[in-house]
Amino acid sequence: MSPTLEAHTPAERMAVAFARVLRGAGLRVPLGSVLAFVDALGRLRLDQRDQVYWAGRATMVRNPEDIPLYDRSFQVFWLAVTTGPEEPAEEPLHITLAIDDEGDEGDSDPGSADASEEPQITLRFSAMEVLRHKDFANYSTDELRDAQQLMTRLRFIGPPRRSFRHRSSRRGRRPDLPATLRSALRTGGEPINRHWQESGERLRRLVLLVDVSGSMEPYARALLRFVHAAVSGRQKVEAFAIGTRLTRVTRELNSRDPDKALAQAGSRVVDWSGGTRLGESLRTFNDQWGVRGMARGAIVVVLSDGWDRGDPAVLGAEMQRLQRIAYHVIWVNPLKVTPGYAPLARGMAAALPYVDSFVEGHSMAAMEELAAVIAKERQ
Amino acid sequence: MPATPDDVHEALSLYGYIPDEGLATSVFLSMVLQRPLLLEGEAGVGKTEVAKVLSRWTGGELIRLQCYEGIDVSQAVYDWDYSRQLLHLRAAEATGESLGLTTSALEQQLYHERFLLKRALLKAIDHHHELPPVLLIDEIDRADDEFEAYLLEVLSEYQITVPELGRFAAARPPLVVLTSNRTRDVHDALKRRCLYHWVEHPDFEREVRIVRMRVPQALDRLARQVAGAVETLRGLNLYKPPGVAETIDWAQALAAMGVNELDERTVNATLGTVLKYREDQERTRQHGIADLVKQAFDRGFQPS
Repeated sequence: MSPTLEAHTPAERMAVAFARVLRGAGLRVPLGSVLAFVDALGRLRLDQRDQVYWAGRATMVRNPEDIPLYDRSFQVFWLAVTTGPEEPAEEPLHITLAIDDEGDEGDSDPGSADASEEPQITLRFSAMEVLRHKDFANYSTDELRDAQQLMTRLRFIGPPRRSFRHRSSRRGRRPDLPATLRSALRTGGEPINRHWQESGERLRRLVLLVDVSGSMEPYARALLRFVHAAVSGRQKVEAFAIGTRLTRVTRELNSRDPDKALAQAGSRVVDWSGGTRLGESLRTFNDQWGVRGMARGAIVVVLSDGWDRGDPAVLGAEMQRLQRIAYHVIWVNPLKVTPGYAPLARGMAAALPYVDSFVEGHSMAAMEELAAVIAKERQ
Repeated sequence: MPATPDDVHEALSLYGYIPDEGLATSVFLSMVLQRPLLLEGEAGVGKTEVAKVLSRWTGGELIRLQCYEGIDVSQAVYDWDYSRQLLHLRAAEATGESLGLTTSALEQQLYHERFLLKRALLKAIDHHHELPPVLLIDEIDRADDEFEAYLLEVLSEYQITVPELGRFAAARPPLVVLTSNRTRDVHDALKRRCLYHWVEHPDFEREVRIVRMRVPQALDRLARQVAGAVETLRGLNLYKPPGVAETIDWAQALAAMGVNELDERTVNATLGTVLKYREDQERTRQHGIADLVKQAFDRGFQPS
């Protein structure tokens, strides 16, 4: 499948063998990197453990997250001793949409189940219309597929911001010197026709944080579709799954094929339907990505029901931190539609003061509304 | 050209930067393989400093390109000096020189190298000095994708084309150092073109040596205590754990105040030089300044 390298010199043999170990451990090692490793080994001493170690790291590792895996692989390779079996982190997990009775905290919504049966009987709406308002939790597998079709049609525009790039404009107030010069050539060097430019506009980054914990299970998959629609339709989108820990899924969701994208993202997230540590996950996001720049001036969308097993004070503090740097924070809560729902979840209550828009997220219609909220931020 | 990573280690140390083994090896490989070096890591771990010390060591001119969102060709590569071009045009008109010229001949005069404003990238490529320059592309993660794609092209071929003039190729490729704070992922293709090194906070002994080198007026005991206190601070789960830059700032502040060793009052008064967030300062005070000082003392007394 992947091109192979005819190994002749000791450096080549070493590089090829080690690359094989790395690939076996799950690291992506393109041939170009192996060749760079061969070059590097050519300049170093092959009998020096540290030199080989660092040469491999400089040429074949490109993310700090991969360093622990590299380290273990290097040990295996260098000492030729086997460590314990690899933890199955990379194994694709099957995502089921079964709604199991969450015994705890009473977060099931009995009212909506009955309510959504009704329109099916009276059937005045088109199937699509029914689907649009049906609670994701009550979807059948087929309906889910239809909804996914609908969702791919959502378009995300989002508010622009001023960029450093300028574009020609009649109303602009900055002289457009290149254009003025070009027309001056035609008028004997006299800049008679003056051209102007104004600041261009750029899209704001959209950051999506999807809660994939147990209480969100009926919704998480549908919401992830929504996120996929956003990621594949728009240039500057970042997506993360939050549960017991934070997982970045932007790259996995980038695939055009939604099923493939979801399968890839699903295999990346190891804590599907686990508990929720919203505050901790958000803190990790803020520390590693958000505050460093990703969330600055961005629209941040949190998709979660707000059930948090951690300390609500942590969640509150992290939401405050997030709101201070983000342009707009939107919280999407699928439970918001439940009649009489007040944000009783402690986490939700702690987070709410730092949320700019609080919207529902239980159905297609709600998702459309969310897309509209995102787009409306224009003014 | 260095012969081994140890040579690099020695040279960098001599010029004021104490690298760990990984960094020395990466720099060495970057020099001998003529590949750009991508340094990623937390803010304040000394990524930018690597380029500066390389320039001091090799004697190559330091050319710095600070990236930001929306950076484009006219700011990073080249621009035309339009006001001078216009003046030239009018002068040609006034002296009657332009009468005998066709528009295209006139245009050719205008798009001459003397009206070209070379920005950092072109400067680094079109460089005729005997020593190759050190090109620092700082905070590449702030620039956008299109710029990264352009950069990849430049860093693969070491040449730049100006449509009106033609191709500029580097006689000797510059030493290229890219830094990223990882606010977003740098594109994989660009990463593959580069050698990659993740820069970490230095360990205790290395940090002591850095403080001793950068703040020579600080006594050895103070240097050890400051490094020890910073080590403790990094373990406190702060929003922004102090980097080497902050350690140096702190040691400088303390030395300037004539402090020979830490005590609770001085730490309290100077905490702002190491911790730049109010929440972090609060957290540290909750942890207890007295404890911090005590731990720093323990570290400071340990013979190396």
